[in-house]
Amino acid sequence: MGWKNVLRQFLRDVRSQKLRSALTLFGLIWGTTAVTLLLAFGEGLQERMIKNIRGLGDNIVICWPSQTSKPWQGLPRNRKITIKDDDIAALKREVPGMTAISGEYSAGNKKFKVGHKVIVPGLTGANPVFAAMRNLIPQQGGRYVDDLDMDERRRIVFLGDGLKQDLFGDSEAVGQYVNVNGTPFLVVGVMQAKEQDSSYQGRDKDRASIPATTFRAMYGQQEYGDFVLQVADAGKVEAAKDQVIATLAKLHRFDPTDAEAVRMWDVTENEKFMHSFMLGFRIFLGVMGVLTLVVGGIGVSNIMNVVVEERTKEIGVKMALGARQRMIVTQFVFETLLLTVVGGTIGFAISWGICAAFPAKLDKFLGTPVISLQVGALTAGLLGLIGFLAGYFPARSAARRNPVEALRL
Amino acid sequence: MFGNGKNGSNGGQRRDGDGAIIALAGVRKVYDTGAVKVEALRKVDLSIKRNEFVAIVGPSGSGKSTLMNIIGCLDTATEGSYCLRGEEVSGMSIDRLADIRNRRIGFVFQNFNLLPQLTAFENVEMPLLFKGAPAKERRERVEALFEQVGLADRMQHRPVELSGGQMQRVAIARALACEPDIILADEPTGNLDSAAGGDIIGKFEELWAKGHTLVLITHDGTIARRTRRVVRVQDGTVVDDAPAA
Repeated sequence: MGWKNVLRQFLRDVRSQKLRSALTLFGLIWGTTAVTLLLAFGEGLQERMIKNIRGLGDNIVICWPSQTSKPWQGLPRNRKITIKDDDIAALKREVPGMTAISGEYSAGNKKFKVGHKVIVPGLTGANPVFAAMRNLIPQQGGRYVDDLDMDERRRIVFLGDGLKQDLFGDSEAVGQYVNVNGTPFLVVGVMQAKEQDSSYQGRDKDRASIPATTFRAMYGQQEYGDFVLQVADAGKVEAAKDQVIATLAKLHRFDPTDAEAVRMWDVTENEKFMHSFMLGFRIFLGVMGVLTLVVGGIGVSNIMNVVVEERTKEIGVKMALGARQRMIVTQFVFETLLLTVVGGTIGFAISWGICAAFPAKLDKFLGTPVISLQVGALTAGLLGLIGFLAGYFPARSAARRNPVEALRL
Repeated sequence: MFGNGKNGSNGGQRRDGDGAIIALAGVRKVYDTGAVKVEALRKVDLSIKRNEFVAIVGPSGSGKSTLMNIIGCLDTATEGSYCLRGEEVSGMSIDRLADIRNRRIGFVFQNFNLLPQLTAFENVEMPLLFKGAPAKERRERVEALFEQVGLADRMQHRPVELSGGQMQRVAIARALACEPDIILADEPTGNLDSAAGGDIIGKFEELWAKGHTLVLITHDGTIARRTRRVVRVQDGTVVDDAPAA
């Protein structure tokens, strides 16, 4: 009987049953908002947490040479293991699947002085590959330690953004000098701000890097404090770790099962844990959301049941005037579908508005909620199904009635 | 498949031999409420010709309403045969019956049964919508009908804004919308005062004069007397069938 008429009828019905329509709409809006927001916040939180983990570096393993804890081939325990350049070179040869490796010198006793300000930050002596591994990205106009710095043992320094702020305030640091234990170092770069939720020897924002060669030449240290390696594929981290231990065990003659000789921190373990945790978390949120929607749907179908019951007389009149079953059913299905569409759209709009108005400064803690397309499609589908079922079944049973029965009410 | 509705109003010369537009033979209706079976109609034979003006009378509980519902295809007989314009109705699907009600039968109810949320115009338009008539045809037809029942100035009013007599005239316009073969009226004056009731009966007489077939259910003797044939129903069967006195 024409969509225009069905639509006109819908508007009339909504108007004549304001309270009921409003309640139904409220249920649907609430359901949609709850589902989309729950999942959006879950998504945002996950991204935030992953970003934080990644702050330290992607797929990296940090290794600290230490002491043996088991005797091996006639050698006693408590032997100190030291890592030098030739060990790094050997690992480069022997361990497959590594994208980068770098030794790291560390010092925590060098005085940084700019004007009257004195700070004693953590200092790294590192190779150029260190930057990519550990996400030490320079801000516009700066750079990290490069190969030429290494070759010429230049006295240059790369500052963490926090350290730069402490030393130079808001003024430009690149091109300025920092006195490190009395020796001037040229600032060549400042790190871009990043999120980092785990660290060793302090956050990168409060540290400084100088070329490893300079560090060695100035402070006379040969042994690396630690070394960092990066593997292309997270799945190959375990094999690489085993190979690192095997190689070093052979070179330094210690028991390959000795867990103390070289301690390792596999950053991917955090990430793996985080992934399974977030998966569980999101399944939980999703189930909650879907249940909320289903409860909303039950509400809608209840209301539709009452509506159909209440309007049996009207259905009877229409049947007496020659409405076919399909016309009766179409009217109710269309009404519920339209209600769910309107409710769903408003719910989406609310969720979208909340996400858009989400204060940026909370991003650090909660992440920024993201309404994903899949969630939208899923919610829309569920709502459509609920709307259809809620309208279809009561209407069909009403349309199958004898017109006399319907009219008698 | 339903022919041209216009044939309904000029009566007489039709293929169905004796001219009977309604032919019930041995119709029985039993209401089965589980434990109790109530026989509302038992063996009713009734034949109504084109352009008759018939009153069905009887005390309440006599079965006259059941008879009216079966004639109007609002209900189906438990047993027996019902031919409407030569076509056997029993055993038809729900949708076929809906089409028959739409095109062959116009109903006028005691309580008007106008939909309160629609305007008078939209109420009358409804059967035409169900029939699938195009918008222009609907509008012209509805306007003509309002002209015919003398309510051209009330088309955009809602039922609550009309008097009882006006509402019943809207209902008559609606009954006529698809140019049905028969107009069935169930106590059409039951909710009206005598002046408005008389006016409605006058309207029916007018329609009869134009060639319509009318079947009226009433328990009001004065109204029955204004028809041309009175069928008396009692205890589920026809006890008397005679021209109006």
